[in-house]
Amino acid sequence: MKKSVFLGTLAIAGAAAGYASAQDGGTLAQVQERGTLNCGVTTGLTGFAAPDANGEWQGFDVGVCRAVAAAVLGDPSAVEFVPTTGQTRFTALASGEIDLLARNTTWTFSRDVDLAFEFVGVNYYDGQGFMVPRELGVSSALELDGATVCIQTGTTTELNLADFFSSNNMSYEPVPIETNAEAQQQYLAGACDVYTTDASGLAATRATFEDPTAHVVLPEIVSKEPLGPLVRHGDNEWGDIVRWTLNALISAEELGVTSANVGEIGGTTENPEIRRLLGTEGELGAMLGLDADWAANAIAAGGNYGELFEGNIGEATPIGLARGLNAQWTDGGLLYSPPFR
Amino acid sequence: MATLTDPPQPSFHFSQLIYDTRYRSLTIQVVAFILIMWGLFELVTNAIQNLSALGKDFDFGFLGNRAGYDINQRLIEYSNDSTHGRAAFVGILNTLLVAFLGCVFATILGVIAGVLRLSKNWIVGRLMTVYVEGFRNIPLLLWIIVIFAVMTEGMPQPRDFRGEDAEASMILGQSVAVTNRGVYIPNVVFTRSLGGNEMSEAADGVPAAVIPAVSFGDWALFLVALIGGIVVSGIIGRWGKAKQEATGIRPPGLFWMRAASVVLPAALVLIALGVTLDYPELRGFNFTGGVHLRNSLIALWFALSLYTGAFIAEIVRAGIMSVSKGQTEASSALGMRASWTMNLVVLPQAMRVIIPPLISQYLNLTKNSSLALAVGYMDVRSTLGGITINQTGRELEGMLLLGAFYLATSLIISAVMNVYNNSVKLKER
Repeated sequence: MKKSVFLGTLAIAGAAAGYASAQDGGTLAQVQERGTLNCGVTTGLTGFAAPDANGEWQGFDVGVCRAVAAAVLGDPSAVEFVPTTGQTRFTALASGEIDLLARNTTWTFSRDVDLAFEFVGVNYYDGQGFMVPRELGVSSALELDGATVCIQTGTTTELNLADFFSSNNMSYEPVPIETNAEAQQQYLAGACDVYTTDASGLAATRATFEDPTAHVVLPEIVSKEPLGPLVRHGDNEWGDIVRWTLNALISAEELGVTSANVGEIGGTTENPEIRRLLGTEGELGAMLGLDADWAANAIAAGGNYGELFEGNIGEATPIGLARGLNAQWTDGGLLYSPPFR
Repeated sequence: MATLTDPPQPSFHFSQLIYDTRYRSLTIQVVAFILIMWGLFELVTNAIQNLSALGKDFDFGFLGNRAGYDINQRLIEYSNDSTHGRAAFVGILNTLLVAFLGCVFATILGVIAGVLRLSKNWIVGRLMTVYVEGFRNIPLLLWIIVIFAVMTEGMPQPRDFRGEDAEASMILGQSVAVTNRGVYIPNVVFTRSLGGNEMSEAADGVPAAVIPAVSFGDWALFLVALIGGIVVSGIIGRWGKAKQEATGIRPPGLFWMRAASVVLPAALVLIALGVTLDYPELRGFNFTGGVHLRNSLIALWFALSLYTGAFIAEIVRAGIMSVSKGQTEASSALGMRASWTMNLVVLPQAMRVIIPPLISQYLNLTKNSSLALAVGYMDVRSTLGGITINQTGRELEGMLLLGAFYLATSLIISAVMNVYNNSVKLKER
């Protein structure tokens, strides 16, 4: 008898808990109501996204998160960073745990179409490379037959690796690994001969080694890895905001708008595109459902694309990546933002 | 004292469903049942709605698509051109392999530790207490990672074995190499294999797997010979016993006849197939040849065994202590040795207490093997539940399949163990 009452209560409680209410409103409304942006980043990749000594997240991908938060909420620090692994990132985004994923994620057909995500652009043009200890004396990836390779699971690099070795008729032993930190530890312990991931990730990882010069990144780049931020499919309003925030950072570099001059240049310049970008002319902000100075806020957050690049992963940093493909189209690179009009 | 009978019921009122204790429990059960069903229904429709809102359908077709990724430890033929379904199967076999190895080792360890914990020798008894409490009270995941880290950080790299004055050398007469990528042990190969010598074929393109599946027929033949020998040995034993009972004389050399009937046919088969050992050898980046027991397998296997073994030790101890002391005393009064007392009197009775909780330990071990993810052991959780889900985005389907697999495995293990339990339990008449 008592048991029945207990069971009955349990059933009611269970039913009440299980009856989840459907989410209402778009992502923009949710973010504004919450007051913070939930941004998915890596679990730690120096230069791209990693907490510094004070626990503040820093990095190139973090810069995108902060720019979006500044554009939407006017406050670049209103970001809740959610560390995700290669395996958990898509579930986190699809389930609504995060509003935006900025985590060295390769734009592929199946992710865009089948997984129902929206890649809003490319913030880093990358390719997969291999890193080996210098003492192995390997100078080309084609000499890696029979090697043990550390690989992050759940990534496109896993598939590229399989394709590269089988198309070159070589065998290898994959060591599947969850995070970059684990991979680094396994690689340094010599549990694998080779570590493979995006070349930018290799450079970032190598920069944290005790002796970076003892390791070489092999010249072969075996894949195209356009990395960019992505959002859920279907919420086009939110997708537009993230897309044009990224474009604003890229355009700002092209137009010479920096975090230093963004405050006054909107009022002083004669260039109509800069005036439209910074909201001193036209209605671009209102079209997005944001304030007129949304782009100015985004640029002020961490600087334009070039400033973000040089400050986090550029040649002056320990990671030391050259602009290469990631230069503006006017400098022979691939960065090309559609016009602001 | 006269018993009062209930007054006659005039009619049934609906209020009785709540106020009458005879009906109340039934009412509550019916209501609870309806609520539970309604809750489940809501959960399922909610999931379906959300999935369709995300534009995802429910489809198991992905299992037939090309997987595209490689798996290091595979008991059957698999390459990145195989399907996701086959990758899942490779993972299932890896799960079953580590679960089987773990159960066997945990049982051996647990029985020994459980018996020794009751030892009158203070040091032995306390050592076993330390073992049991140490492993039982620290999370399994930590043990897996500790063993993995010791193997990875503490052992020499394969290239340390190279050169004249190598830093590391192989042990056990140059046959076993302990490296930070795992342990390489000699492999048994058949030079006159039934299915042709496929070892050379495997060496051409496909990298050799952990246990080459090439000599399946040979091993089957060997097993048939071995089992046949055991059956013949049993027949000889019964013949000897009958003769002893009829004539009072035990046939001479009975033990040797039985031993020969087991060993000879199996040995003959091995010689006929040209059995030989394939030693691991350092070639290129890694050792080749032999069997490669990867660190992930070793870490998972030992951690699971040591952890579950600690629980089994306690179960065994409880079982032994449940046998009344009078049984031991009676058996010594009959003049039996201590080892006979344990093997013939105490353990058979203790088994009845030991088996049921042992089943649940085996189930735990099998399910705990999904912690393989932590060390990159490619079990079914890592292949189907990890990479496949990630590459195809079919979380719900993959997780359902995974759940079904673990459920089926656990039910099969319990069924088998229950059959065994029925055979040893007290027969009540």
